[in-house]
Amino acid sequence: MGKRTQIPTVNAGSMADIAFLLLIFFLVTTTIETDAGIDRKLPRENTDPIAIEYKRKNLFPVWVDGEGRLLVKNERIDLKELRSMAISFIDNGGADPNHPDYCDYCMGLRDQTSSDSPSKAIITINTQRETEYGVYIAVQNELVGAYTELRNREANRLYHRNYTDMEEQYQNGQTSLLVKAELKKNIRYLRDLYPLNIVEPQQ
Amino acid sequence: MSKFKKNNTTVPEVSTASLPDIVFMLLFFFMTVTVMKDDNLNVSNELPNASEIKKLEKKDRVITIHVGRPNDRLVPVLGKEPRIQLGDKFAHLSEIGPYVLSRLTSMPEALRPYAVISLKVDRKTHMGLIKDIKQELRTVGALKVNYTTYEGDVFQNLE
Repeated sequence: MGKRTQIPTVNAGSMADIAFLLLIFFLVTTTIETDAGIDRKLPRENTDPIAIEYKRKNLFPVWVDGEGRLLVKNERIDLKELRSMAISFIDNGGADPNHPDYCDYCMGLRDQTSSDSPSKAIITINTQRETEYGVYIAVQNELVGAYTELRNREANRLYHRNYTDMEEQYQNGQTSLLVKAELKKNIRYLRDLYPLNIVEPQQ
Repeated sequence: MSKFKKNNTTVPEVSTASLPDIVFMLLFFFMTVTVMKDDNLNVSNELPNASEIKKLEKKDRVITIHVGRPNDRLVPVLGKEPRIQLGDKFAHLSEIGPYVLSRLTSMPEALRPYAVISLKVDRKTHMGLIKDIKQELRTVGALKVNYTTYEGDVFQNLE
């Protein structure tokens, strides 16, 4: 009567072994994927390329040779200088204050011999077939970085936050549509202030 | 004194009952972050570093093109000239266009405008080949390109 039937417990001692086995399997098969990079948009295909005339002062040609040396405005420079040179070129705002191109938010030197306004300023990357891809990416990175720095500056002035943060929030799936619409408008505006004009002319 | 003498001097065993829990925790972590490899790489693929990078968020709209020197075990057969790898096969330059288009058609229609070409190019590749690839992509109208890189200091690329 007083006997209690005891339910036998399952021995969980081997649980750790099984879990370890699975763990090791996943550890071995895991590859942390690299899925980040520099986004660029290629120009549309046109059957007969048009040669567009630009004022020489609005051009910022970057030449990269087969050995990875950089030539900017007929001067050999170091990659470390490229970003600051690009910024001072884009942000120069050399147009006359009465001219429609005049850029009132630019903080550059207003040098008459450099670019008129950010929307007029064009950066060209000329590479040779022998140029190494790594160098090309470094140049692209520095030039995109120059634009991002300028957009960040304007974003801080207008919206008191970084342009990169705004983009990140826009990309985030948890952001509400209302906030997204507002962000989109602001991001567009910042992009219009400093449009990314990096071209690769065909020789 | 006598109180101490009574004490058992053997150290009690550490309980391992919580070990499975810890291991399971690790297991779940790895299970959730794991991305299964979908194609075998036949080319060396040491990507360059960059800092101004954006993440490729959604995997379903990415078309990857690998470029680089053939693997060490394939060098005796194929030489050291950089090759293009589409899916898991080597391909000729002229096959890029058809490959991209066929990948696009297998995508849901709503995603096609957002398709991104992820160029995973070894840092030692010469720009000539990249220019040709970009030209091929332009002819089929695949204009959104992501130069996939590692996150890091760009000045290391020059070494």
